[in-house]
Amino acid sequence: MANPLQAQNRRWILTAIPYLWMVIFFLVPFFIVLKISFSNSEIAQPPYSPVFDFLTDGWDESLDKLTSLTTDNYLRLIQDSIYSSSYLSSLWIAGSSTVMMLFIAYPIAYGMARAPKSWRPTLVMMVILPFWTSFLIRVYAWIAILSEEGLLNSALAWLGVIDEPIQILSTNTAVYIGILYSYLPFMVLPLYSNLEKMDDSLIEAAKDLGCTQIGAFWRVTFPLSLPGVIAGCFLVFIPAVGEFVIPDLLGGSDTIMIGKTMWEEFFNNRDWPAASGVAIALLIILMIPIMIFQANEARQQEAGR
Amino acid sequence: MKRLSLFNVVSLTIGFTFLYLPIVLLVIYSFNAGRSVAVWGGWSTKWYGSVFENQQLLDAAWITLKVGVLSASVATILGTMAAIALARHGRFHGRTLFSAMVYAPLVMPEVITGLSLLLLFVALNMDRGFWTIVISHITFTMCFVAVVVQSRLSSFDRSIEEAALDLGCTPFMTFFRITLPIILPAVISAWMLAFTLSLDDLVIASFTTGPGATTLPMKIYSDVRLGVKPEINAICSLMVAVVTFAVVIASVLTKHQEVERERAERLAANAP
Repeated sequence: MANPLQAQNRRWILTAIPYLWMVIFFLVPFFIVLKISFSNSEIAQPPYSPVFDFLTDGWDESLDKLTSLTTDNYLRLIQDSIYSSSYLSSLWIAGSSTVMMLFIAYPIAYGMARAPKSWRPTLVMMVILPFWTSFLIRVYAWIAILSEEGLLNSALAWLGVIDEPIQILSTNTAVYIGILYSYLPFMVLPLYSNLEKMDDSLIEAAKDLGCTQIGAFWRVTFPLSLPGVIAGCFLVFIPAVGEFVIPDLLGGSDTIMIGKTMWEEFFNNRDWPAASGVAIALLIILMIPIMIFQANEARQQEAGR
Repeated sequence: MKRLSLFNVVSLTIGFTFLYLPIVLLVIYSFNAGRSVAVWGGWSTKWYGSVFENQQLLDAAWITLKVGVLSASVATILGTMAAIALARHGRFHGRTLFSAMVYAPLVMPEVITGLSLLLLFVALNMDRGFWTIVISHITFTMCFVAVVVQSRLSSFDRSIEEAALDLGCTPFMTFFRITLPIILPAVISAWMLAFTLSLDDLVIASFTTGPGATTLPMKIYSDVRLGVKPEINAICSLMVAVVTFAVVIASVLTKHQEVERERAERLAANAP
């Protein structure tokens, strides 16, 4: 017979190892970012001050360093318009592409859910497969299509639609296309898994009671699919706000998104405290959508039981 | 009776064309004889040849592969442990914090994860390079593993585990003889997910790397910034081919296993 105390110990270890890993490599780094966001930028190694060293610093010195922390980085976030316009344009680009995505993904998910049962696993795999291939490659593929001497311009010129090549690459349009393309599976899959479970007899009942096809969709199907809609929207919106690769490779110099601003602050300006401040502010902005998303997921799980 | 309407067929066709056309074009143009990625100059495999002569690319690919295998393996172990803790251990001290820490990286912007890990490595005075990328990749991929494995754990019949315990199995043996074989397909697909996420990652690796450790996405990224080249198309097509092959094999295997299990269940149900 297994010793219950011993079993209890093993259980404890099973939880403790991943727990400890996440505390060290997720929670602690977060507090370091928070601390550095209150530090001063220095031309030194590491490029910020103060640097705490609790082993060699005495109590007084630590206290001294503590008082030299500043809120300058956050003041700059408010005062310098590059930051506020980055945040606003990130939210705007992510929000409007989420809405566009809903219009593109819903018909696809709906078609998948109505396809014969034997096709459905294949269709799901076909949606997931591009997601497995590298994000970078998928964004790169669009550069060749959208550039001035790219495939789209060649095709349009050949068809006689345009005389001069139109500039799509390095504009916000290209960023929208990139987001719509890269995040499509994130919207289609939650919608599909919701629509697939839907009971058809509800639609038939609505039709028997005099609803038209479209009426039945708006009054029955769509409201019932709302949890899937919410999950899909947040799965697209949240990562799109912090996106770096798409605005950097497809967007132009006038495309400002917060992920890109942070990257430049860090790699080009080597201003670590400013980059940390931008990161903390981004987290605070994303906190609300993340909490809505998690509440929706929890409700879904409860309902599923 | 469900029937596909014309609207359904059209939206599926347009949707899948949109999903696949860019990748298909990328692969086709990797066989372009000309230097351009838009003007067709006849078929050629010369860019594939030049990929295999480009030592920098090969080195980067080798590092990426090593990082991927190592980090995916550790992440699978840690993530499975986390999933078991969340699915089986009921309420324990700090469970809320634990589940928040497991789920938060899923939606965390990569720039933040990358920056925060880098600042940790700087604070710890660690030499940045291969190992710091591995640690970072373990951290962000284990969350995906935990989610995949947990969804499998929550959908299987616990009475089998309880039966094994009643019949004198230790919890340890029960895990290896009962639980693990049942959740194995989920664990394998979680490993693959972690592996591809690691292969794919540009942002976190860029933050946490040091001199001498350039991964393939970092190399591709810096080349792409200098302009598109058919050589990049070739290396990208190779990556697409490897991933497609792996995913198809994995799905055939899981399908096979499911069929086997269903047959076993039917047999068990019909047994006298």
